Amino acid sequence: MAAEPDSQTETAADESTGETESLTLVQAVRDGLHTEMSRDEDVVVMGEDVGKNGGVFRATEGLYDEFGENRVIDTPLAESGIVGTAIGMAAYGMRPVPEMQFLGFIYPAFDQIVSHAARLRTRSRGRFTCPMVIRAPYGGGIRAPEHHSESSEAMFVHQPGLKVVIPSTPYDAKGLLASAIRSPDPVLFLEPKLIYRAFREDVPSESYEVPLGEAAVRREGSDVSVYTWGAMTRPTLEAAENLESEGIDAEVIDLRTLSPLDEETIVDSFEKTGRAAVVHEAPKTGGLGAEIAATLQEESLLYQEAPVERVTGFDTPFPLYALEDYYLPEAARIEDGIRNAAEF
Amino acid sequence: MDNSPQSISPPSVDVGVDPISQGDVEIETYQVVRPDGSFDADRVPDVDDEALRDLYRWMLLQRVYDNRATKLQRRGRLGTVASGRGQEAAIIGSGFALSQDDWIFPYGREAGALLMHGLSMRDLLLYWRGIEDASKMEGANIFGMAISIGSHIPLATGKAWGMQLAGEESIAFANLGDGATSTGAFHEGMNFAGVLDAPAVYFCQNNQYAISLPFEKQTNADTVAQKALAYGVDGIRVDGNDVLAVYNAVSKARERALEGNPVLVEAVTYRRGAHTTSDDPTRYRSEEEVDEWEKRDPLERYQAFLEETGRWDDIDEEAIREEVEEEFSAAVDAADEFEERGIEEIFSYLHEETPPELQRQLEEFRELLEERPDMYEYIETRPKG
Repeated sequence: MAAEPDSQTETAADESTGETESLTLVQAVRDGLHTEMSRDEDVVVMGEDVGKNGGVFRATEGLYDEFGENRVIDTPLAESGIVGTAIGMAAYGMRPVPEMQFLGFIYPAFDQIVSHAARLRTRSRGRFTCPMVIRAPYGGGIRAPEHHSESSEAMFVHQPGLKVVIPSTPYDAKGLLASAIRSPDPVLFLEPKLIYRAFREDVPSESYEVPLGEAAVRREGSDVSVYTWGAMTRPTLEAAENLESEGIDAEVIDLRTLSPLDEETIVDSFEKTGRAAVVHEAPKTGGLGAEIAATLQEESLLYQEAPVERVTGFDTPFPLYALEDYYLPEAARIEDGIRNAAEF
Repeated sequence: MDNSPQSISPPSVDVGVDPISQGDVEIETYQVVRPDGSFDADRVPDVDDEALRDLYRWMLLQRVYDNRATKLQRRGRLGTVASGRGQEAAIIGSGFALSQDDWIFPYGREAGALLMHGLSMRDLLLYWRGIEDASKMEGANIFGMAISIGSHIPLATGKAWGMQLAGEESIAFANLGDGATSTGAFHEGMNFAGVLDAPAVYFCQNNQYAISLPFEKQTNADTVAQKALAYGVDGIRVDGNDVLAVYNAVSKARERALEGNPVLVEAVTYRRGAHTTSDDPTRYRSEEEVDEWEKRDPLERYQAFLEETGRWDDIDEEAIREEVEEEFSAAVDAADEFEERGIEEIFSYLHEETPPELQRQLEEFRELLEERPDMYEYIETRPKG
């Protein structure tokens, strides 16, 4: 079993009542939506099956009953239409939170995201802005049909003007979602559906923010810096624990925000260890691992003692589910990667 | 101050502008057998008794397949599956109207039509078991399943156009749901079909729901069929629970398509089951509504027709049911026997020639698995989140 990620080191809310609730990650997303909708009536949720049905993963459960059909909007089946409409609402001054049912279905909306959302502020020279959060479950491992398991975060990180956020714990899910919704610019908020219900964590009932652009050190270590995010955080922590008996002390950093990257935390850790591994389930080529490796080279070349290891999905489409467990990096592969970096 | 003409004098006199709107076009829903079993004798298709019996057998097979596949999923022996329950007449009536040379672009619920078209039931089950090989749809003119809703519509248009340029006497036949009609790909594919005179039939099984969204929220248009006019193609609206009506409608559509007139067919039906095995429809629709549609059961209606015309006596329903149950069991056995899958399947077919870096990834992974057989154990026992 992986060590329970501990994110309670975060600064808590402004108006702390101290009340918490033990929530799964998907419940924390739902709670985050609820909290933000309660404190700001411009926040609206929209997408396929988000209303009456409460979302196919129940991430919007009960919101339709509480806030009504004008704030929790069941839309026709068209991702481009959902995101495009949300951009228009955002430009008008609302704070729409459109849901893509699965990240693998976002591609029709790609045009809207790159041609409008990400550049609305700059192309209107600041006249219009796009305070919109696109939520999408991403990643594999749930025996879903084709197109339901993609991790294409790198495609969006490559788009200037768009923030990309991925929580890995219930606490962070709620706090990062709050920050994303309050952000004046568009955010793609990717939710690791493999761990939607994998574990619970105490989540404050009140509103709080986990700031965007800040990574979290999930495990301190002195030998190798391991960078990861989302559903890969748990197997990476598990690998780090397993390696302790071999005398390898790995530091595990959960990036949480992929764009903009927290270069400071990334570089500080590397300057301590001089060795690094990056773990992501997305394909290797053109993935975030490459960006992190390049950042380390640029900022800390003289600290580097080993090549940066990448433990990733393969450069293939995500397979149908019979083989998906082979595709996803798991603890043994991650251990090997960390060991390579440590023993080089 | 707003000095635009609109603010000063809103037009109040009738200057003869008459917008077209919903309801201006009246669209008939074609029927052969009415819900009470009475039928229009002039419309009964000119096929032999064996074909009429076959239609029943296929509908029953569709129903048995859906029941068994759903149960199999419940026992963890099949992945997520989408049932065609309630849509048997639409699925079978349309499949029956196609030639083996036609190309089907499937959308997921039309098991019976695919089997009729030459796909083996073993392969269909293997596909829903997440086996890559089954995506080939070997031995039948069937394109890959359109899991990305609506994305296949332009592909069907292109295939049809290509077939026409090659002088083939066959069509592309795309299945889609009412949800797909909202996608950009649908609009673009339909418009292209009109412009290119593509020999294609787009068969929208309007089962009233896209997961939880009812048809009236999917579009403000009264019908799907009327959209055909906007694309410059022909349209037909048919009772999707009347197998003979569907057969006639799609036969006609196919004939028109071969003449260079693409056709959008809307079959009005109802998804009586869940969207897929991951869905719980009690969250968003009433039991009364489902019961109402159960009364319009396509098998019962067709049975009434067969009884009325004296053909039912020649049909041994029990024997057919037993036969299709056995067919399903045999397909499951065959699927179970399918050998264990290897990791190279993840890498194969991606390129005609695997690039060196990808080859290296495969080899490294293979070596790792050989060195660390415990990984297999992990993979098999890992709980799902």
